[in-house]
Amino acid sequence: MKITNLLKPVKRPLGGVKAPHRKNTMNCETVIMPPPERVYIPVQQHIGAPCIPVVKKGDAVKVGQLIADSDKPFSAPIHASVSGTVVEISEKPIVTGQMMPFIVIESDGEMAVDETITPPEINNHDDFIAAVRKSGLVGLGGAGFPASIKLSPPKDKKIDTLIINCAECEPYITADYRECIEKSEDILDGVYKVKDLLGVDRVIICVEDNKPEAIRILSEIAAKDDRDGDAVKIMKLASKYPQGAEKVMIYSATGRKVPAGKLPSDVGCVVMNIASVAFISRYMKTGMPLVAKRITVDGSAVKNPMNVYAPIGTRLCDVVEFTGGTKCDPKKVINGGPMMGMAAYTPEFPVMKQTNAILLFNQEDAKLPTPTACIRCGKCINNCPMRLMPVSVEQALKTNDIDRLKKLNVLNCMECGCCSFGCPAARPLVQSMKLAKQKVR
Amino acid sequence: MDKLLVSPSPHIHSGASTRRIMLDVIIALVPAAVISIIYFGYNAALLIAVCIASAVFSEWASRKIMKREGTCGDLSAVVTGLILALNLPSTLPLWMAIIGAAVAIVVVKQFFGGLGQNFANPAIVGRIVLTMSFTAAMTNWVEPFSWLKGDAVTTATPLASTYAGNADYLDMFLGLTGGSMGETCALALIIGGVYLICRKVISPIIPVVYVGTTAFMLFVCGEDPIKGVLSGGLMLGAFFMATDYVTSPNTKLGKVIFAVGCGLVTAVIRVYGSLPEGASFSILLMNILTPQIDRLVISKPFGVQKEKKEAAK
Repeated sequence: MKITNLLKPVKRPLGGVKAPHRKNTMNCETVIMPPPERVYIPVQQHIGAPCIPVVKKGDAVKVGQLIADSDKPFSAPIHASVSGTVVEISEKPIVTGQMMPFIVIESDGEMAVDETITPPEINNHDDFIAAVRKSGLVGLGGAGFPASIKLSPPKDKKIDTLIINCAECEPYITADYRECIEKSEDILDGVYKVKDLLGVDRVIICVEDNKPEAIRILSEIAAKDDRDGDAVKIMKLASKYPQGAEKVMIYSATGRKVPAGKLPSDVGCVVMNIASVAFISRYMKTGMPLVAKRITVDGSAVKNPMNVYAPIGTRLCDVVEFTGGTKCDPKKVINGGPMMGMAAYTPEFPVMKQTNAILLFNQEDAKLPTPTACIRCGKCINNCPMRLMPVSVEQALKTNDIDRLKKLNVLNCMECGCCSFGCPAARPLVQSMKLAKQKVR
Repeated sequence: MDKLLVSPSPHIHSGASTRRIMLDVIIALVPAAVISIIYFGYNAALLIAVCIASAVFSEWASRKIMKREGTCGDLSAVVTGLILALNLPSTLPLWMAIIGAAVAIVVVKQFFGGLGQNFANPAIVGRIVLTMSFTAAMTNWVEPFSWLKGDAVTTATPLASTYAGNADYLDMFLGLTGGSMGETCALALIIGGVYLICRKVISPIIPVVYVGTTAFMLFVCGEDPIKGVLSGGLMLGAFFMATDYVTSPNTKLGKVIFAVGCGLVTAVIRVYGSLPEGASFSILLMNILTPQIDRLVISKPFGVQKEKKEAAK
């Protein structure tokens, strides 16, 4: 079958690096993980206001039952991911070090579903947004932006393009790729639902060219679907990190530049992760809120790299244990991808809505080269997708020159890590950028 | 589980290293070094060896005396020694070369804090110090292949004898003229330069703009631009010394300003100055201006330009 709905990128992304792919788990079909003994569910798994627990110690809960909610609009509710009993509600740290209440549920192993769960009734635009909010959906790509907010852009902004992010530019991670392969029908259905909601006339599904199978499948089902002519197009993007960063992707797909400090809606775009739209489709059919997440488990210390569908709140170590454990002592545990993920000081942190990978590195991989003197080669400037000057930022930071830091526009940094990754002197440039951002703020 | 390593992202590295970059520069200089040995004989080989040895020893000794971590492993001292050697006439007494390399490493580089902190290209300052101190020895250029004839015939470089017009373009391109060891053969230098550009070690901006500006200015001043480009230390300077990371600007625009400056000064010295060579002085001058250029030229971040336009509306 001839693929006719394949688009070429409009612009080549600025900067970026050729990160290794290491997509070892591409052909690993997702395995559903049985409930662990206990799940540890933090009350804030999104950008915005934290939720407040609506259950108390000793309560019996079922899968999908609301356990924490907030009355603030910029938030997303939290649901029980296993059935069982709430045994503890206490302050604990999440992987960023932030302290927040955790709801600990002891599983009864039944995975009994809450009876009140029914598909939402959608009559109009507001119903749809309310349903998305109720589903607890946040941007599954990693940032955790509440989906209900993303889907209701300011009324005065004309949105004409919906971009579906399936770049998955971080090395190792294949969770979104597996979503494409295993749930391609859900994706297309979700895409049309969101498309109708936003009233846009074009949808671009962006996939990096290291996933030809995903491109083929998506193109085929999009071509077969006759709901709306050829509004849905697939775009093959170069595999260049950070292709999946929102601003970079909008630039590649449409040639539009999101102004500094503005949102995609300012250039008429909404960007959604591919797993998020697939989830919307499933939620509208079943009413089951976001209680589990597809996660890539990989890294040199993992015995069986694979994709796991794990209940939210499962500890990282429990997920790794389920996959078959480690083959050597892990020296680094990363929650997320190797470019932007957080190194955890203990593997007991829980899987959250934004988690898309767990990587365990052995001694050799955990060690990074020792920083040496900056030779001012300018690689960090060439690699920066935001066209910033990490070398100058580092210098200005040393002398605490805040005015200079402002002039260097440090706040535009998205901490993608390209500067550190490519630095011949192995300097921790992202760290300097993060610190500089704090100072300017 | 044992103790875990916690560090900020990214958790992987491209594998690029200072050592690899310096190794690339050394590889790029191999054609010029080999040609210099073929043209000027074992004297050239000896000078290259002595310069590198002196530079590496100076680096090692000064780090040792300052009780700092050894940095010889990054190969930057080898590069400095090699470039300096290629800047010298093959007849230079060895002890002078030793002094030149030591000044380059100790005074220019280590006194200012070592790699990355030097205000000027060490090899250039080494050459200039030697030229100022031992002018006669530093301008004692010989004809290529005179080592085979047994008697060294001292000659003027084409630069000093431009008006005599005795060298043809092909000879100059191949380096069959008098001059410093590594700078006569434009072909070898261009091969090395292209290697560095292909390996993405240097950007072509500085060499192209520098050579272009010099040629243009010489043409405007009524000189022969082709001869001007092929003679003296211009090619060596443009590809290997003006592109020194530490002492040239980081941004594209900054590089253009830097290279235009180099070209202008080189041309002015060649046309009006009493010095035989302008390339090293022009690069030194622009080295000194580099921090100012870097301060003034800030790359335009993604999306910022548009915001300004909108604000203006």
